[in-house]
Amino acid sequence: MMPSSPVLPDQASDVARSVDHLMLYALSGLVFFSALIAILVLVFMVKYRRKSSGQVGIDIYETNPKSHALELVWSVIPLGLLLVLFGWGTKVFFEQNRPPAGAAQYWVTGRQWMWKIQHPDGRREINELHVPVGRAVQLKMISEDVIHDFFVPAFRIHVDVLPSRYTTYWFKANRTGTFHLFCGQYCGVEHSKMVGRIVVMEPRAYEAWLAGEKTGPSAAGVASGDELFVAKSCNTCHRPDSAARAPILTGIFGTQVSLNDGTKAVVNDDYIRESILNPAAKVVNGYQPVMPTFKGQISEEELIQLVNYVKSLKAASLTAPEAGK
Amino acid sequence: MTTTPSTLPDGSPRTHYLNAAYGLKSWLLTRDHKRIALLYLVSVSIFFALGGLMAVLIRMELVTPEGDLFQPDIYNRLFTMHGVLMIFFFLIPGIPAVLGNFLIPLMIGAKDLAFPRINLLSWYLYSIGALLAFWALLHGGVDTGWTFYTPLSTNYVNTSVLTVGVGIFIAGFSSILTGLNFIVTIHRMRAPGMTWFRLPLFVWGHYATSLIQVLGTPVIAITILLIAAERVFHVGVFDPKLGGDPVLFQHLFWFYSHPAVYIMILPAMGVVSELVATFARKPIFGYKFVAFASIGIAVLGFFVWGHHMFVAGQSIYAGVVFSVLSMLVAIPSAIKVFNWTATLYKGSISWDTPMLYALGFIGLFTIGGLTGVMLATLGIDAHVHDTYFIIAHFHYIMVGGAIMGYLGGLHFWWPKITGRMYPVFWSKLSAIVVFVGFNVTFFPQFILGYLGMPRRYHSYPPEFQVLNVMSSAGATVLGLGYLMPLVYFIWSLRYGPKAPANPWGATGLEWQTTSPPPVLNFETPPIVTAPPYTYPERTPSPKVNRV
Repeated sequence: MMPSSPVLPDQASDVARSVDHLMLYALSGLVFFSALIAILVLVFMVKYRRKSSGQVGIDIYETNPKSHALELVWSVIPLGLLLVLFGWGTKVFFEQNRPPAGAAQYWVTGRQWMWKIQHPDGRREINELHVPVGRAVQLKMISEDVIHDFFVPAFRIHVDVLPSRYTTYWFKANRTGTFHLFCGQYCGVEHSKMVGRIVVMEPRAYEAWLAGEKTGPSAAGVASGDELFVAKSCNTCHRPDSAARAPILTGIFGTQVSLNDGTKAVVNDDYIRESILNPAAKVVNGYQPVMPTFKGQISEEELIQLVNYVKSLKAASLTAPEAGK
Repeated sequence: MTTTPSTLPDGSPRTHYLNAAYGLKSWLLTRDHKRIALLYLVSVSIFFALGGLMAVLIRMELVTPEGDLFQPDIYNRLFTMHGVLMIFFFLIPGIPAVLGNFLIPLMIGAKDLAFPRINLLSWYLYSIGALLAFWALLHGGVDTGWTFYTPLSTNYVNTSVLTVGVGIFIAGFSSILTGLNFIVTIHRMRAPGMTWFRLPLFVWGHYATSLIQVLGTPVIAITILLIAAERVFHVGVFDPKLGGDPVLFQHLFWFYSHPAVYIMILPAMGVVSELVATFARKPIFGYKFVAFASIGIAVLGFFVWGHHMFVAGQSIYAGVVFSVLSMLVAIPSAIKVFNWTATLYKGSISWDTPMLYALGFIGLFTIGGLTGVMLATLGIDAHVHDTYFIIAHFHYIMVGGAIMGYLGGLHFWWPKITGRMYPVFWSKLSAIVVFVGFNVTFFPQFILGYLGMPRRYHSYPPEFQVLNVMSSAGATVLGLGYLMPLVYFIWSLRYGPKAPANPWGATGLEWQTTSPPPVLNFETPPIVTAPPYTYPERTPSPKVNRV
């Protein structure tokens, strides 16, 4: 969709409106001070232009007792305005970066030069994301190679996509339409081709799209989390019986665990990912660092499936996964 | 100045630093700070022209949205080399190594810099570094962006990252040595009576700049070594596949590269302070505030690097701290702008060419600075980060600010440096053409950025075309504006009227010696008895030869 205004991009979320209001405040300050300086300079240039070649200026700084007060005034007033801008900007930034509770979780994998997106139900898309209007959407993002950046101008927020850990992007579209998705961090030769679109649909149209997409690119080439858990032999140690050599994973997500170096860690997406790639980094107290590393043997997308799987292991569903479900 | 026996009948000096010795050797082995400044002038001009040529090609590509003029890998090399050449080989050495080198000893009443041989060594280091970068440009180029973000730069591109890195590394030592030389010179070589608060603000600006050069540059040198270690020996520092942290690179890089912006702008501010005082014929309003503002900017500038990383995955609370610190750095900049404006009040203002450049600086720097404040605002930066809004902002600071200051300074001191005047009409026209061309080029980019056009895009969605065409059209005008001084400056060397010692009726010590100055700067060592910019009630009208 083309931007509707020549100077404003589409405004497709409440956050976008907050950013535009903030920008308006900053812009009015810019216009005021630029105009003030420009007018003063031009008036002085004309009024005090040199009238005879020997004429000198009049130094008013030393003679005028108010000079220091003036310096103070034009330091303190801008400082006050800047602090307002800072506070307001921080408030908006928190809106931009803190997803509401209960946001639907999607996964994004960036690579040179495409976006791979996975819906909460495992459905996959490439360079496109279809979402229903009015739903809070949270993206957990990771890169397979260099740093990328998820940027949707209509939502007024950029977040870098790192190869080292998950970062989070969220939005709640408040209108339907198709919006640009750009890679906002230079990532190599085809950087400007790493673009896509966000398609925000009415709930009914979204249902229809879901129904028609069953045979899309979903799951192609990537096993599901429970299959991987068996295929990578995770289940030989992480199992719910007393012979386990590794922590029981059921119900562990979101809890805090004590580590064998005396510190504590919250079991979140990054912790699980790190524990698969670099198991010795944060070992739970009472266990030996015996787990082999899976670095180089598992793709980011497979890691996402495993993280999702561990997350899904609720205390109630205490069943060992079976191969070839 | 009183005439001495060494002057010609027309009042110009019989022997001066330019004709004291002839031949290539007398230039390449010179220890005279004035000749070294001219060596730098020629070298940085070459790299400015090369960087400008790349800008022309970039703007040509962006006239159409399709990306149909160059292959993407060529386009990426163009903007990378444009940034590298302009920043490391033109803007950073620019004003300090040319005008600072020439003027600091003259302004403080010294015969030379403290370490003349080291000064020459600086130029050689600069030249080696610059030639390496140029060589890399011809042999594959480099396509990482001038920011060299990891792990792209360490393990994903096959271009001449190392050669360019080594070039920057070597040129960095040139920068460190120049800074060191200035600091020692300003501390130790001031003429009798030249107290700290009698120093021209140009010298204060360069003192602050030198502190950054000496303290900041080693960090970029270390960072380049770490890049080399990862690229060549696969030591995992930045690439997570080797156990490194890619964001660490950004911290190290911006710890230098943000203060480096102040290496570019503080000397330009120093120039503008001289111009405003001279052409308003009165002391700068709030001299001490302006002097300390330079130091304040240099110090605070070391604590704001994280504002380049608000969306880079650093903690949002780190973002909050860097945001408020970045707001603070705006205050000393605002103080300077207000004080320059107040200096004009009740001045005796002439509209000479250097003053037009100074006014251009004040206008463009104000917009650049205020958009910088917007970018320090977390909620705004999260949207316009890495878009054309950033491009427009830093070009307002670096081109609108630093280059306007540089050109204003060249026009101001050209009579002193060369002993020749340049044409009044053409030089005033150039100031206007540069100002107009600049705004037409870069103002549309603010709007493009807010609309969401990302930087470093070889092709772009068609709705952005109109603004891009405007920008490219403006760049043509801007390029023309830059060519004009090149032509008439060279013309003036041969055909320009001879310049008197003090064509502008200015007060600095550099104006009390002949134009061009003698080899040892002053016939008799000056003694300073008054603060800077002290204009007597009636200034004798200077004799100016006009074209």
